[in-house]
Amino acid sequence: MSEQQPPLISIDDLTVEFTTRDGTVTAVRNVSFKLAKGETLGIVGESGSGKSVTSYALMRILDGNGEVAGGELQYSGIDLKRATDRQMRDIRGREISMIFQNPRTALNPIRKVGQQIEDVMREHAIAAGGLAKKRAIELLETVRIRDPEKRYHAYPHELSGGMCQRVVIALALACRPRVLIADEPTTGLDVTTQKAIMDMVQELAAEQGLSTILITHDLGLAATYCQRIVVMKAGEVIEAADVRDLFARPQADYTKALIEATPRRDATIRGLLPPDDPRRGQPDLSRQPASAGTEPLLSVRNLTKVFPAASGGSWLPWRKTDPTEGFTAVDGISFDIAAGESVGLVGESGCGKSTTSMMIMRLLDVTDGSITLAGEDLSAIPAARFARHPARARLQFVFQDATDSLNPRFTAARCIADPVLRLSDVKGRARVRRRVEDLADMVGLPRTLLDRFPHQLSGGQKARVGIARAIALNPKLLILDEPTAALDVSVQAVVLNLLADLRTELGMSYLFVSHDLNVVNLLCERVLVMQAGQIIEEGPASQVMAAPNTEYARALLESAPEPPPSLLNRKAAA
Amino acid sequence: MTDVTAFEAGVKPRSHIVYILTENPVSIVAIAGFAVIVFAAIFGPLVAPYDPLATNASVSLQPPSWAHWFGTDQLGRDVFSRVLAAARLDLMISVAAVGLSFVIGAAIGSAAGYFGGWTDRITGRVVDTIMAFPLFVLAMGIVAALGNTVENIIYATAIINVPFYARVARAEAAIRRNAGFVQAAKLSGNSDIRILATQIFPNALPPMAVQASLNMGWAILNAAGLSFIGLGVRPPTPEWGIMVAEGANFIISGEWWLAIFPGMALMLTVFTFNLLGDALRDIVDPRQRT
Repeated sequence: MSEQQPPLISIDDLTVEFTTRDGTVTAVRNVSFKLAKGETLGIVGESGSGKSVTSYALMRILDGNGEVAGGELQYSGIDLKRATDRQMRDIRGREISMIFQNPRTALNPIRKVGQQIEDVMREHAIAAGGLAKKRAIELLETVRIRDPEKRYHAYPHELSGGMCQRVVIALALACRPRVLIADEPTTGLDVTTQKAIMDMVQELAAEQGLSTILITHDLGLAATYCQRIVVMKAGEVIEAADVRDLFARPQADYTKALIEATPRRDATIRGLLPPDDPRRGQPDLSRQPASAGTEPLLSVRNLTKVFPAASGGSWLPWRKTDPTEGFTAVDGISFDIAAGESVGLVGESGCGKSTTSMMIMRLLDVTDGSITLAGEDLSAIPAARFARHPARARLQFVFQDATDSLNPRFTAARCIADPVLRLSDVKGRARVRRRVEDLADMVGLPRTLLDRFPHQLSGGQKARVGIARAIALNPKLLILDEPTAALDVSVQAVVLNLLADLRTELGMSYLFVSHDLNVVNLLCERVLVMQAGQIIEEGPASQVMAAPNTEYARALLESAPEPPPSLLNRKAAA
Repeated sequence: MTDVTAFEAGVKPRSHIVYILTENPVSIVAIAGFAVIVFAAIFGPLVAPYDPLATNASVSLQPPSWAHWFGTDQLGRDVFSRVLAAARLDLMISVAAVGLSFVIGAAIGSAAGYFGGWTDRITGRVVDTIMAFPLFVLAMGIVAALGNTVENIIYATAIINVPFYARVARAEAAIRRNAGFVQAAKLSGNSDIRILATQIFPNALPPMAVQASLNMGWAILNAAGLSFIGLGVRPPTPEWGIMVAEGANFIISGEWWLAIFPGMALMLTVFTFNLLGDALRDIVDPRQRT
């Protein structure tokens, strides 16, 4: 469409190097692409692919130890590599704006959001005084913030994550830039919020004739909102093509593997693996229906959690806080999990799914209701005294953030050994070590990595350590709290398969907590949809996915971006 | 960005220390100075040219010479030997005081940070109460009340330093009490005390160690200060604070070496410990580097 016009941004043969104490690391190697006026370009890649570094080089905001080692960077005829710092300051914000991943860190916590928008305009001499305020309110309206006059006076901590990201976008648009670079703008936001934000960016771009670069790890998101996609891996461009061509006829093997690994509605868990993986052909035994009619393993009845009001009531001990006050996070939910069954718990942030899993784990005391595990009521035992309870070993947990869940001063082996030492009858150094090695084999963690510290392991390896620790005591019920949310899609594919295999191998039940229905569908037979502390829909996963009964479940499903079905996939299905 | 962090992740701790030392030569100076102080404390009385307590009226108040490097005092004692011998006592007082306040502060602080609630409120108020006093005056009061001994100087110095350790430990424990690995430890069947000891405390150790090193110089100064005003160590025991106090009387009459040399020793020791604290902080956390 823009063959005649000169490109707005052209990057030619860009190489970026970082000087570290151990020598030079090339983060980006010979990258070239162009951005036409009004175009939306997606840069897709897994962590470490150099996608962010490319955009930092373009804005000349590389860290002190990084430098453009070769290639040309041009913005509508201006040579960005040779531009003076003064020129760059004018270009940043006024011509090219950037939205960062975490909106909260991008905003100054002690200034009102409206003032922050004014600051940008004053900095670039766009507007000042009353005009600036008027324009700031207009901008807040542009980014679809309700009640902009009132929100002008809000501080960042008073706004939700989605609202903060809208403010950041308003900041980026304040000086009417011509290019908007969005670096993972919706990571960490709910799918419905993500859809609302991305739809808005798309509309604004169309209205104002903006060119957009969307940097993301999510192929589905890029496919939904971009016209052209550049796929990057390890600092190099693997493939660049129009969206339709890319999915219809992916050229590079890496692109094919990436498309395959992205969960979609009709995917199977084996289908996520790369084409050359031997496990692809093996049947997924976990999908066999659970034996019906058996006593439920876990039975949750009328479970309620009320957090006391923020003020905490009176500090005087004799003035008891009224228990009806405060925030009801979980509001009388009931469900069962059969032995060997895998149940998905789906909902957006703040719906109470984490509180529910913490209560079942007995890390949090219940306000009301009962939790029965294999006929034994656990809700009566205080969380503080549960550590030495015999039922402790039967309930285990896999954390969302594997990095945070491993003690930075423990080796992988020590992390896995912890539950073995405390709660099992395996005693003696050699026997514990053997058990740890067996567990490492089960989760596919090379034994040579056992003596490393968490910071020396990759994200996928840390996830494996977390899973090995959780299965160390042969638990009956494993709660998985978005165990793959922080992982790259290719790693996610492998970890999901590992979880499916472990379940059949060890006969565990899963409660899989997630916001992503596509992922839940891959691993679970049954789905519970939670909203505002209540379960609003319950049913077999395939049924909820195909024909959701509630409006909310439908919205969740529709908001999840999905790559268009590729020819490749159809061939695999046939 | 990720490439770079992944790269750094593979670096072994030892090469990290070497890197810090070569990047910042001041830390080499600090470690060399520390070695000299420790040598003086251990071998000082052995290598001293004269007996630090032996008086010799015939050579009293002599200026620095080849025979007496730092000169002699009013009783003819060799100032150099006395400065060397004093290193052991001063270092012993400060190490014991810092060690004591480290242990007490770490226990109080990490319990307060981990348990929160009433534990936190009570210990917090106690710590605030200590902080409300001018600390040196509080130390003077404690020594005056308990009696003029070396042990009491140690106790007094330890008590006034506890709040610093308690606060660091509390902050470090509080940010980790809800960390994933602490939850995971609970799931593995660890009791609260065990979690504090094996999960929380080891992670709070690096900033505590830095605090201890920075605090060391201050503790020496405090002990010397108490001796200077006549509380604590008594003459004729060689101690830097007393030597400065005694020497101060002679400055007007021109015998400057009596006060200057122990004063210099005191100053250089405090300076070395402060530099060492900075170097330790660089090793523990290179991002905080100034």
